[in-house]
Amino acid sequence: MSLNIEKIRSMFPVLHQEVHGRPLIYFDNAATTQKPKSVIDALSRYYEFDNANIHRGAHALADRATRYFENTRESIRDFINAREEAEIIFTKGTTESINLVAATFGRKFIHKGDEILISTMEHHSNIVPWQMLCEEKEAILKVIPITEEGEIIWESFLQLLTEKTKLVSIVHASNALGTINPIKNIVAKAHEVGAKVLIDGAQSTSHLDINVQELDCDFLAFSAHKLYGPTGLGVLYGKREVLEIMPPYQGGGEMIKEVSFENTTFNEIPFKFEAGTPNIGDVIAFKKSLDFIKEIGKSDIKSHEDDLLQYAANGLNEIKGFIPVGTAKEKVSVISFNIQGMHPFDVGMMLDAKGIAVRTGHHCTQPLMQRFGLEGTVRASFAVYNSKSEIDQLVESVARIAKIKNK
Amino acid sequence: MSSITDIQNEIIEEFSILGDDKESTIFYIMELGEQLPDFPEAERKEENIIKGCQSKVWLIAQEEGYNIRFLADSNTDITKGLISLLIRVLSGRTPKEIWEADLFFIDKIGMGNIIGSQRSNGLAAMIKQMKLYALAYQTKQNT
Repeated sequence: MSLNIEKIRSMFPVLHQEVHGRPLIYFDNAATTQKPKSVIDALSRYYEFDNANIHRGAHALADRATRYFENTRESIRDFINAREEAEIIFTKGTTESINLVAATFGRKFIHKGDEILISTMEHHSNIVPWQMLCEEKEAILKVIPITEEGEIIWESFLQLLTEKTKLVSIVHASNALGTINPIKNIVAKAHEVGAKVLIDGAQSTSHLDINVQELDCDFLAFSAHKLYGPTGLGVLYGKREVLEIMPPYQGGGEMIKEVSFENTTFNEIPFKFEAGTPNIGDVIAFKKSLDFIKEIGKSDIKSHEDDLLQYAANGLNEIKGFIPVGTAKEKVSVISFNIQGMHPFDVGMMLDAKGIAVRTGHHCTQPLMQRFGLEGTVRASFAVYNSKSEIDQLVESVARIAKIKNK
Repeated sequence: MSSITDIQNEIIEEFSILGDDKESTIFYIMELGEQLPDFPEAERKEENIIKGCQSKVWLIAQEEGYNIRFLADSNTDITKGLISLLIRVLSGRTPKEIWEADLFFIDKIGMGNIIGSQRSNGLAAMIKQMKLYALAYQTKQNT
């Protein structure tokens, strides 16, 4: 079924504006997606009518806010098909979700000489927390190499995976290349050696159908703002049996059962990991993002985005001087590229002059850029509200820019 | 040689012809970069890189009598264009002139809007480095 893109676009107020005298074409969706009106309205409605601190409030507003807050948790559970709501922990974002695992699971279960396995295409947020942990614990960080196309080298993964591996922390879809990793197989193999698996789902959750029970991953980290939701909000999914044996993350209110000056007992999951007043308004508004995605349907979103990706690749590949970066067989709707003889910053600025928003630079994946011997790339990333006519304009602009150095 | 003020007015005039079209303005800045004299390969080293620029910028200053000659280069074409504007205004002047120069053309042509905040910070870092060279040479000449 083909989507009514005009109708979808009408739900996003921000898209209807001009930039440098031209209609905005927003192709920076891998950095953050725009928000539908329903999300914006839910956020302002919360502050206008429902604002109260959640849990333990003995009044109507607190009760209402708590109910809405927990409704979002249920929606997230449904969205990723977790067994129960207690497995859904609210965080500030993917980065905090990963740091939470490093600070709790990592602190308790990673010891001297243990190994943590990541890949070459990780975002800095899935590298640095593990480096810090490894330094503290005298553990070893190992890196799965990738091919020229930007795919994991499976044989190398199998070689690196040993009894010493305690955790595999891997990106589902690469933010810089778009590559979709075979995570189901990775989880299965890692479990064979007794390693736990964390999946960085920041880029995959908005594009792919995610079923944590089927994937059998131990953790899944993702952000609301890349899912048409508010910024400053993320999710950590963890299997109950793993979350229960993990120590708490931060100390404070909400995460305790009883406190005396001599001793404190901790609350049950998920509250054990949610110290302090959470980002209530954004959590409540986030439900509307999930409703939006559900209403359109993940499979229709994916086929629309696949269509855009193919269409853009066909057009761009024709351009003299166009160098694609990352040509994996399985990709989300991300196109990373360079223009022969030009710096990505310059290309990005010239596209901006035409109202086209892309991202340029290393995309917080410096080791990946080093792997390809690049300083950075230009990245166009597509979402459900993008159209083929917008891609036509991208292709036309890139062709004009490329001509400067590729006559 | 025209004064710093005259040259800045010339630049303002040139940019005003381009009008509001951002793309043509950027193309023009890039063309200016092509006119930059070659940068000596031996000077393309870490200590000559200006801190605070997103793209790489190398800058050196050479004494020519009482004047300072600047040589610079960048790995991005737009930045090269910006450097060439600064060199056009400031190179070949006395340290005092450079140190005291009020670079009004940048605001007058609305450079901030054309190049955005990241590159504006880089441009400010380049100006600062040129002025620091001027100050150093001025101090040297006065002692």
